[in-house]
Amino acid sequence: MSRRFTPKVVTANRLREGDVVYLTADDQWSLFHHEAELIDDEAHAQIRLLFASSQKLAVVGPYLADAKQGQNGPEPVHFREAFRTRGPSNYDHGKQADFPADLGV
Amino acid sequence: MITANKPISLQIWGFEMYSYSDFDDSFVRARVAQFTQQVERRLDGSLTEEEFRPLRLMNGLYLQLHAYMLRVAIPYGTISPHQMRQLAYIADTYDKGYGHFTTRQNIQFNWPKLPDVPAILSALADVEMHAIQTSGNCVRNVTADHFAGAAADEIEDPRPYAELLRQWSTDHPEFQFLPRKFKIAITGSPNDRAVTRAHDIGLRMVKNAAGESGFEVMVGGGLGRTPMIAHTVRDFLPVADLLPYVEAVLSVYNTLGRRDNKYKARIKITVHETGKEEISRMIEERFAELRPLFGGHDQELLEDIRAAFAPPAFRNAPVDAYDAFYKADPVFRSWADTNLAAHRNDQYAIVTISVKAHGQTPGDASSDQMRLMADLAERYGHGDLRISHEQNVILPHVHKSDLPAVHAALAQVGLATANVGLISDIIACPGMDYCALATARSIPIATQIAERFKALDLEHEVGPLKIKISGCINACGHHHVGHIGILGLDRAGVENYQITLGGDGSETAAIGDKTGPGFAYDEIVPAVERIVRAYLTVRAAPQESFLETFRRLGMDPFKAALYDTESAQDAA
Repeated sequence: MSRRFTPKVVTANRLREGDVVYLTADDQWSLFHHEAELIDDEAHAQIRLLFASSQKLAVVGPYLADAKQGQNGPEPVHFREAFRTRGPSNYDHGKQADFPADLGV
Repeated sequence: MITANKPISLQIWGFEMYSYSDFDDSFVRARVAQFTQQVERRLDGSLTEEEFRPLRLMNGLYLQLHAYMLRVAIPYGTISPHQMRQLAYIADTYDKGYGHFTTRQNIQFNWPKLPDVPAILSALADVEMHAIQTSGNCVRNVTADHFAGAAADEIEDPRPYAELLRQWSTDHPEFQFLPRKFKIAITGSPNDRAVTRAHDIGLRMVKNAAGESGFEVMVGGGLGRTPMIAHTVRDFLPVADLLPYVEAVLSVYNTLGRRDNKYKARIKITVHETGKEEISRMIEERFAELRPLFGGHDQELLEDIRAAFAPPAFRNAPVDAYDAFYKADPVFRSWADTNLAAHRNDQYAIVTISVKAHGQTPGDASSDQMRLMADLAERYGHGDLRISHEQNVILPHVHKSDLPAVHAALAQVGLATANVGLISDIIACPGMDYCALATARSIPIATQIAERFKALDLEHEVGPLKIKISGCINACGHHHVGHIGILGLDRAGVENYQITLGGDGSETAAIGDKTGPGFAYDEIVPAVERIVRAYLTVRAAPQESFLETFRRLGMDPFKAALYDTESAQDAA
């Protein structure tokens, strides 16, 4: 029996800066998880991952990450992905420092 | 790669240190130019990521969780003030004002941007540094005892041999694509501060019956997924045979090492699967073939290198001021008791600068701290600095009369924590705060343990205790050889921490034993506290260290402290 598909977002790192980014429904790369396209269809997820993989000058290493619908848009499911949305816990560095209002921190 | 060019002995700062030959300089700059073009080709789309990835890794550039990371080699942990200042400059100019000293005596920058990396490598080349072979399946940075050339217990300074190995292994055409990465550690002392038995090759200097120096050669140690203590394959290897013998080991490994399974590709598995006797025989057989091919040029080169590691001109001056200050100032006394080690010259001390202030990230130094340490090395330390695998910085040669001034200066920038060798002197890998491979965080566990024991004011009473934390099974935090080892794992989407006890990275090396089920993120610090309180209860005397108590009593009292809490409470 095949496993039930769980919703996903497409995520990657920007080629030049290495920043964590998310693919939006209008084919842009956003720094914010809540702006990502939440994909709940497996075939569509593969199509979106193929699209992301073709963006070789924009991003590196795209993959599908589990996500769920939250109040302000998609939210990460796994703690690793939650850390990626904001930055390290030992310093106020990364997105949590650069965009505190957008991240609600 | 060994060339006929002679190394240069620099005395610019009143000390001696190996300096690049013309060949070294042109080689490193050629690599910078080459990588500069490769970055340009990646950015304009001429290279795909699949093509570029192995090229960037060969130059120490990783893509981590939040950003790129550049790992810079600090050969055998030896660094000059000039180089340290350049690292501070790079931290300020291209990163976020700090660097992270690693368990392999390297430094990592956590936030470089890809277009800036060629400029960073160029800035490194300006001070004879690079990031070559800090990644990939090649011979990595050769590490050494961080007290080398200074320790009172040393037979001989091992760094000339480490430098010989560095030159030999750099860009060695036969060993650029080994089955897996390969790490060599070397010590010149019977007290092993370089964790030699947990390396692919460990070299420990010994004397034979005739009083000649040689090496005990240990092969097949390693931590990671399958931790193993190295086997001794030669009790005594004459120093003149070092290169052909090490090449024989690499050659046998290159032939036998498994390339079909990444997790079985390290030499420790090769040794385990082949057997110590058989692999020793194969190494000796290969050595017999290789030995005649080394016509003596390596020994000529070694002599030249040796000259570049001549000891500094030690000052002969009274130490009364130190003795008086030690008696008068309890803060200084506490620092001196923990952070100083015996120097081979009675008037001198080895200073370990703790880069482990309570609550701070282990091994992280700000650019201001780097510059201060460089200044102190120049003014008081014969221009010599070391990075230890325990993520601290060493001033190996400080005259005792200068120690009060050194301590006062360190205190100004938060580097005078008196905790070396104590429970808050924790090794911790970057973990899931930075590392793409990590399965859990390490850094906040380390900082919370340090702060907890500071609040309890217990660490000096506890005495020597090494806690080592890894954020994944790859064990960059050396948890297997921690007296208390902590391994962070992902258990069904939740951070979980497994504890091992009784590990030891010294000359009495041992792999720690698992205590039992792991602990959640918010349970691990109380769990460590229970272990330590159990130790304080059961130790035979205050002088009996945690490791000695564990070896005397075994796991039982600690398991009881860890796991019987609930049943004890239920029974109460």
